[in-house]
Amino acid sequence: MKFGVVVFPGSNCDHDALWAVSQNLGAEAEFIWHDSHKLPAVDAVILPGGFSYGDYLRCGAIAKFSPVMTAVKKFAADGGLVAGICNGFQILTEAGMLPGALIRNKGQKFVCRPVELEIATTNSPFTNSGHKGDHVTFPVAHGEGCYIADEQTLNQLEAEDRVLFRYIDNPNGSMRDIAGICNAGRNVLGMMPHPERVTEPLMGSSEGLVVFRSMISAFATK
Amino acid sequence: MTITPELLATHKLNVAEYEKIVSLLGREPSITELGIFSVMWSEHCSYKSSRVHLKKLPTKSKYVLLGPGENAGIIDIGGGYGVAFKIESHNHPSFIEPFQGAATGVGGILRDIFTMGARPIAVMDAIRFGPLDDPEYGKRNQRILEGVVSGIAHYGNCFGVPTVGGECTFHPSYNGNPLVNVFALGVIKADEVFLGRAEGVGNPVIYVGAKTGKDGIHGATMASDEFTEESKQHRPNVQMGDPFMEKLLLEACLEAMKTGAIEGIQDMGAAGLTCSTCEMGSRAGTGMEVDLMHVPQRETGMSAYEIMLSESQERMLLVARKGREQEVFDVFKKWGLDAAIIGTVTADGILRVRHNGVLVAEIPNRALADEAPIYTRPFTKPARNVPMEGPEFKSLDLGADLKALLGSADLCSKHWIWEQYDFMVRTNTIAGPGYDAAIMRVKETGSSVAVSLDGNGRYCYLSPREGAKLMVAEACRNVSTVGALPLAATNNLNFGNPEKPEIMAQLVEAIEGMSEACVFFETPITGGNVSLYNETLGEGILPTPVMGIVGLMKTEAPVKNVFPKAGLDVLLIGSLGDCDLTHFGGTQYANTILKSLWGMPPKLDMAEEKRVQVAIRRLVGDGLVESSHDVGEGGLAVALAECSFGGVGCQVALESNLRPEFTLFHEGPSRILVSTSQVEKVVALGKELNVEVVRLGSTIVDRFVVDGLLDLPLGELRTTWETALETKLHA
Repeated sequence: MKFGVVVFPGSNCDHDALWAVSQNLGAEAEFIWHDSHKLPAVDAVILPGGFSYGDYLRCGAIAKFSPVMTAVKKFAADGGLVAGICNGFQILTEAGMLPGALIRNKGQKFVCRPVELEIATTNSPFTNSGHKGDHVTFPVAHGEGCYIADEQTLNQLEAEDRVLFRYIDNPNGSMRDIAGICNAGRNVLGMMPHPERVTEPLMGSSEGLVVFRSMISAFATK
Repeated sequence: MTITPELLATHKLNVAEYEKIVSLLGREPSITELGIFSVMWSEHCSYKSSRVHLKKLPTKSKYVLLGPGENAGIIDIGGGYGVAFKIESHNHPSFIEPFQGAATGVGGILRDIFTMGARPIAVMDAIRFGPLDDPEYGKRNQRILEGVVSGIAHYGNCFGVPTVGGECTFHPSYNGNPLVNVFALGVIKADEVFLGRAEGVGNPVIYVGAKTGKDGIHGATMASDEFTEESKQHRPNVQMGDPFMEKLLLEACLEAMKTGAIEGIQDMGAAGLTCSTCEMGSRAGTGMEVDLMHVPQRETGMSAYEIMLSESQERMLLVARKGREQEVFDVFKKWGLDAAIIGTVTADGILRVRHNGVLVAEIPNRALADEAPIYTRPFTKPARNVPMEGPEFKSLDLGADLKALLGSADLCSKHWIWEQYDFMVRTNTIAGPGYDAAIMRVKETGSSVAVSLDGNGRYCYLSPREGAKLMVAEACRNVSTVGALPLAATNNLNFGNPEKPEIMAQLVEAIEGMSEACVFFETPITGGNVSLYNETLGEGILPTPVMGIVGLMKTEAPVKNVFPKAGLDVLLIGSLGDCDLTHFGGTQYANTILKSLWGMPPKLDMAEEKRVQVAIRRLVGDGLVESSHDVGEGGLAVALAECSFGGVGCQVALESNLRPEFTLFHEGPSRILVSTSQVEKVVALGKELNVEVVRLGSTIVDRFVVDGLLDLPLGELRTTWETALETKLHA
């Protein structure tokens, strides 16, 4: 199993994602530069956190036009696993690969702190190694993480069991406490909290491994 | 253009300085040359008032790889790696435009770090404001604080460096002159250090990064001026920061350095292109010839004067090896950044500036960098306008006093601030905000560095010398409290107008005190910053030196700073201490409860302090304690309460002959609170190291009890402490 971590100009959690899967899970991983028109031979793609292209205009709004995103879209359409974390989630919604949008936090301020989440379903390649209803604590670090969508979309997400993580203590005003969702094909994840920041005891906990372990096991059983 | 007295005044040059310029050049300067001299000879760039005294500071040890004089100091952390670090102020810009002023302060210090070849892994900030409830300036102080915090957050978060700690305190003397001191630290391979030197005659001089605009012209001279009613008009002198550009510049510079094509590199900070061209030349004993028409510009029609003095952000000047320019260009192109050859290194030691081919300045580098005036300014006794003896007082309610202290702006939780900072990005933060010292692991070596920033303006006002020593002791203690060995220091000297002998005396005594303590604690100063003229309408700030101490430890899970569970023994490493009314006058109790300041700062016995620090490092390193927290401002009662805010309280008995207010709230140094399940071993270690260990009591659930003096429910105390800042900000 090999992970590819996309590096946009302004990505700054790229090293953290690479470290989490390579150092802490022993998986193979490499960086993918944003102007690549073709993905290298990887089995899953991580769109990391940060401020791609300075987050000018809107978070993720410019990144969606970068050459690598065309390749990532194709990869996802072919069933490849794509995980967008924080800025990665913002990019995925901007690119239309996930529904809804992420707007300024309700408190109007950047928020960095550990938050408690509920694993809302294990029916996904990103949560299959967890237990439904389990509480995990991942840090958030974002200014624009308030998830919004229209009623119909929200109902559909819930009806199709596509809400993967919910906030127990909602830090940003996200509708229906949504912290992470997947696409209809269930192979594209977007989440605001940072699982890669809790992947070894020195980081305070290893609870975030559940996401990457699930991806590895989903790939193994594919 | 004739040089008139008015023109000299706007350049903050006096007649004697002008005459020196004329004699160095052998002729009258051009306007561009006058501008160049004015910024290079400004207090900010030349340290002309402080230089003779800064020489008193220790700068060497076996750990110091690079001392003062370059962009940042570097110490050896073993395994072939070092850390580069420095603190710098952005006080004046932050008052005029809080958000951009603070943001560009972060940007500036980050460039100082990565220009050496180090990747920044931590930022910390020491910020000071006027009181949030000041009857006249409270609202403005609130706005300045909010602006400064969001400026620091914006820049650091976007750049991708964690802001991992610092301090935030308040005093009316900062009403018109907030202090924003930013510290940054980066990891560097010890044998791949880049210096700001223009080596190699004939090598090309390359400009990289953002384009040059008209912003920030004369920022360095403004930073050396007092505030008046007109200062708000200086807003265009404040630069605009773009952290995304800086992030690209970081990655491009580090990548370009790997090519081996770079000879020397320096950031364009204060005094922009002027400072970088002449400093790089003077350090290497070379000259530089540049033509400004090659400088990438944001607007048309800029004069040579403006281009040379612009402080546009996110720019670097580098000298490449001749013939290998393309390797540098390729890297910057990959990152979408401007890079342009603007000149060459010459042998004659002269900075020669042309604009569209016309010679506009021709100055010996040494004249700018090394011939700057040095003043031995007269000094008398330090300014001080408070009595030696304090008022008679008796507490009406010790519990209410404790609550008031925990809810005071100085002592309350600062989580409202640090939750706006991404303090974890890059996943190296082992101990972040809220700990006595931040701990950053260095993934490359298996070791970690611990950092603490400390300053105390009230102590230093009472006695600059003793206050400075206490500050060094406190910062070293904080680093030791988490288990690290203090190795080196960086200092930020924030003072008023040095032309006033009683202010100059504060500066001199503080430096001497700092020097004595840094020698004693073996923490040489590897660099720093001097910020003078922190005055508004003739009123100076409290003398506020700030110290950043960097320590080293092995990488492991951090010792807790709160009691982890009930049933542990609570011990005080160091004694319950001694205090009299005179030495109580600088405490937070005097400040917050009695609204007064008098006497002297607490007494410090440096030898005892050192023994206590040795002891706590052993205790933490050997895993003999479950928690460790320094007794600082607010004294023992506040420290005990802070240790209880993890949700586990304590019941202690304090057997002291002192009056209860002193026992609970005096701020005698050299004391650290620990909890342990191995009390005998801790006591034995204390005996071995000749350090007093006092058994205070034990940890319990939900309550906070000091026998006979205090009995309070924990939740209420904690809520007060946690919500105070936000409440004050939205009052």
